[in-house]
Amino acid sequence: MSQDKIKTPTTTGHVWDDDLQELTNPLPNWWVWGFYITFVFTIVYWLFYPAWPIGHTYTKGIPGWNSITYTATTVDGKEVEKTTHWNMRSKFMHEMNEQQAEQKKWFDKVAGASYEDVSKDADLMQFVNSAGKTLFSDNCAPCHQSGGQGKVGFSPNLTDDHWQYGGTYDQIHTTIVGGRRGYMPPFKEVLNDQQITQLANYVLSLSGEPHDETAAAAGANIFKGDSAACYYCHGADAKGRVELGSANLTDKIWLWADVPAAKDAAAKLDAVKHVISGGLDRGVMPNWDHRLKPEQIKLLTVYVHDSLGGGK
Amino acid sequence: MEASKASQSALYAKHIPIFTRSVKGKYRNFKTAVMIVAYSVYFLLPWMPWERASSPSQALLFDLSTRRFFIFDLIVYPQDIFWLAMLLFIAAALLFFATGLIGRAWCGYFCFQTLWTDLFIMVEKAIQGERPARLRLYKQPWNAEKILKIGSSHFLMLLISFWTAFTFAAYFNYAPDFLVNLFTGHAADAAYITVAALTVTTYVAAGLLRENICTLACPYARFQGVMYEPDTLAVSYDAKRGEGLAGRTLPIAGLKTREERQAKGHGDCIDCGFCVQVCPTGIDIRNGLQYQCISCGLCIDACNNIMDSVGYPRGLIRYDSEKNLADATPHAPRLEWKRLKVLGYAVAIVVMTGTLFYNIGTRTNVEVSVQQVRQPMFIMLSDGSFRNRYQIHIVNKTEHDEIYKISVSGIPADALDMGNIPQVHVRAGKDLTVNAKVNLEHELAERTKTFNFVIQPQTAGAETITLPTNFNSK
Ligand code: SF4
Ligand code: SF4
Repeated sequence: MSQDKIKTPTTTGHVWDDDLQELTNPLPNWWVWGFYITFVFTIVYWLFYPAWPIGHTYTKGIPGWNSITYTATTVDGKEVEKTTHWNMRSKFMHEMNEQQAEQKKWFDKVAGASYEDVSKDADLMQFVNSAGKTLFSDNCAPCHQSGGQGKVGFSPNLTDDHWQYGGTYDQIHTTIVGGRRGYMPPFKEVLNDQQITQLANYVLSLSGEPHDETAAAAGANIFKGDSAACYYCHGADAKGRVELGSANLTDKIWLWADVPAAKDAAAKLDAVKHVISGGLDRGVMPNWDHRLKPEQIKLLTVYVHDSLGGGK
Repeated sequence: MEASKASQSALYAKHIPIFTRSVKGKYRNFKTAVMIVAYSVYFLLPWMPWERASSPSQALLFDLSTRRFFIFDLIVYPQDIFWLAMLLFIAAALLFFATGLIGRAWCGYFCFQTLWTDLFIMVEKAIQGERPARLRLYKQPWNAEKILKIGSSHFLMLLISFWTAFTFAAYFNYAPDFLVNLFTGHAADAAYITVAALTVTTYVAAGLLRENICTLACPYARFQGVMYEPDTLAVSYDAKRGEGLAGRTLPIAGLKTREERQAKGHGDCIDCGFCVQVCPTGIDIRNGLQYQCISCGLCIDACNNIMDSVGYPRGLIRYDSEKNLADATPHAPRLEWKRLKVLGYAVAIVVMTGTLFYNIGTRTNVEVSVQQVRQPMFIMLSDGSFRNRYQIHIVNKTEHDEIYKISVSGIPADALDMGNIPQVHVRAGKDLTVNAKVNLEHELAERTKTFNFVIQPQTAGAETITLPTNFNSK
């Protein structure tokens, strides 16, 4: 349109290397104004936000505009409220507070209802599933594995229907609060190898695994006899005793001797013999009553009972 | 400083304000009709009531808080985002299709920028008068009359912009409540920001920038240009007829009739400049097809009116194709639709529209998905039987609370253990995830590879969902 008005650009008059010149073309208006606006913005920013250092302190910006209040827990466990100028961390903390308040409503609901009522309420169970998974992963998964499936020879499987110390809500709660310690003495001190072999055959026969009939019959006598006194802990029916946490030897579930994974009958026998002769002093679960809040323990109880196991 | 001032004005073209003359004619009528329909729909739809059992009774409501989009009797959920994708595909194909056939029809008649600019020009005309009056007002110094007239037109434009912005936000809120909340300071922050931003952008784009949006900012303007083909019908000036051999000229004495003009070699264009005065982008169509032309057809109307008044045939400016105009013996302009590109787009539109409607038509009222818990893959129970665990996610898409009964088929009914939740109660429009355990006796478990979850809504007549599911024992 005004193309015809374009003139030859003027220069500053400097010339380098014969032909390099500096033009005095004006900057585009939008650019110049944009540049001025950044000045205005800077000044407004100084007013509103912390900006200039003055000695040991700094200009704080207009108070109230940019302050964030949040509650934090100090190293010695005290809750303190802090108000500070806007920054990513305080904003994050503030948002975490809000989320915790949101979660607390649900935790309160769980804490206020009976175990059964929680397990009957689909909405609450949905919360138990997700919050429980997080709690479980943070605290329990190192031993019981992330899905609660445990590990043979190390920690019990919480997803099956066998509960060493009982699978009711109250029993699970007691276990979490107080922890557990399983113990079985090493029997190589009172039994010779032949006896241990017989005993192992008997144990295998209880859960229908391949075994030697005559050895098993002899083993049964040792089990019930008073020199080894196996029945004392495992019960005369070998089904274990909940008060002691002794294993039920008649079911298909193995915690210490990895019988299901053994490749042949001899290996199975070895696995069981190993446990009998060496005993067990590994079944230690710590107590959680001071590490978790009561409502967290309650929620975990329901999680373990309903989401993982379905206890008996 | 002086020197730089001078070169500054030389380097950058000064923006020339455009004062369009109004015009009567069939394209103007069509534009007005489109405007009335579009505005009626846009401004009134949020106020249209629609009976719904448990949700706001607004015919069109995009409820972001509950993530439900009510479109009359259809409720769209975020998982239906695919429909939106389809819709955008269809819209794109429609644009390509139309542009290939008749040029920038979108720009000229339907684009928001065009509609609102058109409306704001109407406001100016109503308050400040026709083009000559507006030009005079523009040139006169700032006095009471000028301040009043310009001020009031801009105030009105701002008001319209505000109502436009409010209407947009009303699609996301229950309109009657929203109106009250907005003015009493109870609406959400996001609502204020949206309304403010849209008020400003509408006012700036249609009230101040106008054709500059089309020529400088809009990407559609440029890529529609690429879709023109020689066969595309475009608003064109018939230069051969208008210029003749000796060029266009005013109808001075001795050059009034067509015969006189043709005898002297002059074309039909009497150089009245009306086509330029009506043009909302301020171009001269007689210079040929230009990227600024939004194809609004107003210059056709203007020229036809002039041709009528001087008694020459209409159509000096008309919709015609480049190919036909270049032809030695041009035929009457016609739609050249028998082209691969046009037909291809048409097929794409039909297929996609069909798919979209089929999809919407066959949507279900409940969405269920089953996820197997894989840690562990299976569990051996004390009696040697196997357990698999699942999480069942149910979305209730109906308008009422619903109870779902979950059972299994293909395996014994008592294999399913739903814990203490035998029936799942899901509120209207909500979703829920529940645990399910399936226990199979050893032998059976080893034989079973799959079974079905059966989800039966308890409302009479509701469809049962059967979901094939895997069972693991190895
Ligand atoms: S150029 Fe862009 S803004 Fe202008 S009418 Fe066309 S689509 Fe609308
Ligand atoms: S040249 Fe004609 S069709 Fe193109 S924008 Fe101007 S008036 Fe509309």
